[in-house]
Amino acid sequence: MRGMGIMGNGTSLPLGEIPAYDAERFFAAVGDAAGGGLRVASFFGVPAGDGQTALYALFASKAEGALGILSTRVDDSFPSLVHRFPQLSFFEREIAEQFGVVPVGHPWFKPLRFHRAWTPGRDAWARPENAAISVGVMDYYRVEGEEVHEVAVGPVHAGIIEPGHFRFQCHGEQVFHLEISLGYQHRGIERQQVGGPHPKTPFHMEAAAGDTTVGHMQAYCMAVEALSGSPAPARAEALRGIALELERLANHAGDLGAIAGDVGYLPAASFCGRIRGDILNMTAALCGSRFGRGLLRPGGTGFDCDAALVENLRRRVAEVRDDLSNAVALLWNTPSVMARLENTGTVPAESARELGLVGPAARACGLNRDVRRDQPFGIYRMVQIPVATAHHGDVCARAMVRWTECEKSLDFIDELLRQLPGGPVRKAAGPLAANRISVSMTEGWRGEICHVAITDAAGRIDRYKITDPSFHNWSGLALALRGQQISDFPLCNKSFNLSYCGFDL
Amino acid sequence: MIRAILARIKQGHRTMDYPAVPIPLPPRFRGYPHLDSSRCPEGCRACVDACPFGAITREGHLRLDMGKCLFCPECSQACPHGAIAFGDDARLSANRRDELVIDEGAERRMAGAMGKELLSLFGRSIKFREVSAGGCNACEADTNVLSTVGWDLGRFGIQFVASPRHADGLWITGPVSLNMKEALMKTWEAIPAPKIVVACGACAIGGGPFAGSPEACGGIDGLLPVDLYIPGCPPHPLTILDGLLRLLGKI
Repeated sequence: MRGMGIMGNGTSLPLGEIPAYDAERFFAAVGDAAGGGLRVASFFGVPAGDGQTALYALFASKAEGALGILSTRVDDSFPSLVHRFPQLSFFEREIAEQFGVVPVGHPWFKPLRFHRAWTPGRDAWARPENAAISVGVMDYYRVEGEEVHEVAVGPVHAGIIEPGHFRFQCHGEQVFHLEISLGYQHRGIERQQVGGPHPKTPFHMEAAAGDTTVGHMQAYCMAVEALSGSPAPARAEALRGIALELERLANHAGDLGAIAGDVGYLPAASFCGRIRGDILNMTAALCGSRFGRGLLRPGGTGFDCDAALVENLRRRVAEVRDDLSNAVALLWNTPSVMARLENTGTVPAESARELGLVGPAARACGLNRDVRRDQPFGIYRMVQIPVATAHHGDVCARAMVRWTECEKSLDFIDELLRQLPGGPVRKAAGPLAANRISVSMTEGWRGEICHVAITDAAGRIDRYKITDPSFHNWSGLALALRGQQISDFPLCNKSFNLSYCGFDL
Repeated sequence: MIRAILARIKQGHRTMDYPAVPIPLPPRFRGYPHLDSSRCPEGCRACVDACPFGAITREGHLRLDMGKCLFCPECSQACPHGAIAFGDDARLSANRRDELVIDEGAERRMAGAMGKELLSLFGRSIKFREVSAGGCNACEADTNVLSTVGWDLGRFGIQFVASPRHADGLWITGPVSLNMKEALMKTWEAIPAPKIVVACGACAIGGGPFAGSPEACGGIDGLLPVDLYIPGCPPHPLTILDGLLRLLGKI
């Protein structure tokens, strides 16, 4: 990471210490880094005045356990690197949509969330200012041919799930190509943080992706704590770790049940659906909310856990372990289930690497990456959690990784409960320091969550960049469908279970 | 097969006996708020100032709007006098928007059954088409959970269906993002009349955490007539089920 500003996860730097290059050198450095195997954790724009946009590229190095950052300024365009590094595709489209800066040569240049640019009077697609922007209306990739047909699904889907649009190019039952168009859930979260942190900010973070309340709040708290120089007490970090693993456990358990449901195997589907509720109720025992709302706050946690609650939770962890092992074992022992999971929705490891997949979706392809170990934060700096991987990259591998992670989370929660550090759970966080940048990454149940906060001269938020794991992984789902039966879409989709609102923000 | 049967015996029958037997809630659950301004010192606005969503007002007595409230712990933690506290009562739904406003000392109003004619049509069987319009997947998840074996929503004759053409009502979650408004209204139009609307969660009622967002409509109010408001962020499944059963005149 030569030539970059080096940061640790959950730390901040004065803005002046980030190397600022001219565009040519910047993009050469970005190309060298991505070509050299570094992963792009975030790549985003910030209005820089005089019609210019500052671009920041953030790289994660597993070998060095550190993050590298560099910046440049561009006028109304920059050279696209997507041809060489597909993992940049959504980032470049996002920069274009937010600030009206065109990535020249982008092979797939379309809106991402369908909203107006933040910078008035600029639009990367030169759309007139008074014309409405219609979500989902864009040039979809089309396969032509006499026997080729197109299937369009959404935004409103059949189940109680979030909206998105899926466009399949099919030959009979076989999917040639799937294109996913999102933006329906866009609520303007990033832009509303400018000038903050506002009193509403923690609530926006809790609902950025509501099933990942703890994951995003952990990243937000780390950002405030890094910028204000007020670390959370050890006891709070342990409680946050417990909450983060409960969140992972609840979602993995629910999805294993949903995967069983999608192959028509109802026993495991029923049991896991109920067990997921038991796990959510453990989070509610901690803070009153099944989703962890109100539990994490900058400076610590809003609730403590006394000895009686510790015992209560440990008993429930043991019960969940017993029930969930029993329910999930049915999947592996039922040949008709395994026949449907194996060799379905395979993502080759090389594609996963090129797309920059994160979380269980990446680990199921054999990519051994996990923020909890590679850039440890909070309690994970003190207590290690083993990383689970698999190698086939199919639905079965993703299900296996999720189950292994459930086991590790149960061990981890029990261990933390047995040795909760003493002391307070919250210390007031002070005001944010001026002209600094913080990076905070956590491993949510879907994978890497990355928040970058930049403050202005008055210590207010000038830019708050959120990268949900789904931002990296939606293209992985699209790829998983290639050559599959279209009827396997629900199964493939559930094995990823990506967030619409976390992507749309 | 034998493994599935053994697992079935081990996992047991787990459907809750609600409403015959009450459902236990965690001690820290935040339900129906209790207001007591007799504890408020002169000029104290700690709870009012602690709420970023303007859910609490104090003009002499206290008033709390459950439609704006996220049932977070901020106001009760900010009040050193115990003038505001969240109880363990999960029955929060209302038929009218103004009935979500708790006026200290005023009589409590809970959701009632739909009109007689609608009840004769839907009382024993009602189907909903759910649309998430900017919802964060928390309201969606805790609506979904009602269809698991623990809650078994089907035993009350309530079902979520895949097509608006098969539905009797629209179930809305989320603050109605601008990008979902058209799809939401089209779904509403596709449901055959007579039809009802349920606003599930703080976002659908008034925008919730995203009230005031330039990218959302601040909830469904003003766009469609609402028959049942279910407060919470997200509402507990019990709050949702209680509201539904009241709307159907079953409790």
